[in-house]
Amino acid sequence: MFAMTCIALLIVMALALIRAFKGPTLYDRILAVNTFGTKTVLLIAAVDFLRGRPDFLDIAIVYALINFISVIAILRFFEYAGKNSVEGES
Amino acid sequence: MELFLDILSWFFLASGSFFCLTGAVGLLRFPDFFSRIHATSLTDTLGAGLILTGMMLQAGWGLVLPKLLMILLLSFLAGTTASHAMAKAALKSGLKPLVNNEENQPGEKPSKP
Repeated sequence: MFAMTCIALLIVMALALIRAFKGPTLYDRILAVNTFGTKTVLLIAAVDFLRGRPDFLDIAIVYALINFISVIAILRFFEYAGKNSVEGES
Repeated sequence: MELFLDILSWFFLASGSFFCLTGAVGLLRFPDFFSRIHATSLTDTLGAGLILTGMMLQAGWGLVLPKLLMILLLSFLAGTTASHAMAKAALKSGLKPLVNNEENQPGEKPSKP
């Protein structure tokens, strides 16, 4: 059952990566990267339960914190950048 | 009792995976940034909550349960805050939402003369 959850999470991460490469604006990419990070936390926990030894849950907690802080930092960086950051392809 | 807990946690894990998949399909196929953020943040919160609840039912009493509770609380708070900050930053930097009014439809002409 945990294997099915892992496969579903990997499919979700692949779709988020496709959106991160395709995304027309900067914020689509940030949203896709945020989704990728959240699903990485869930994938770490699911792989732990799949192996039968949940030892890596601390790493999942730290990864959730790092993901949140990095997304907020990137948004603070681009929030006051003006209209140039919306249309650009980067 | 053991079988009941197993079936309940399987149900939670399967529905959480389903909600995560629908969120990803919405992220890939919706036409606008704000509709994408709507699909992703809602299903993110619900799917992560359901998957972590299923894992908690499998974990039993011990040190694993508080860790999973902490991940759940962190994911609730951080996910909603991050999506709110994303929508606010996108609005502030000039990204317009896709609105379905008469001037904005490219295919058909407005009916007013």
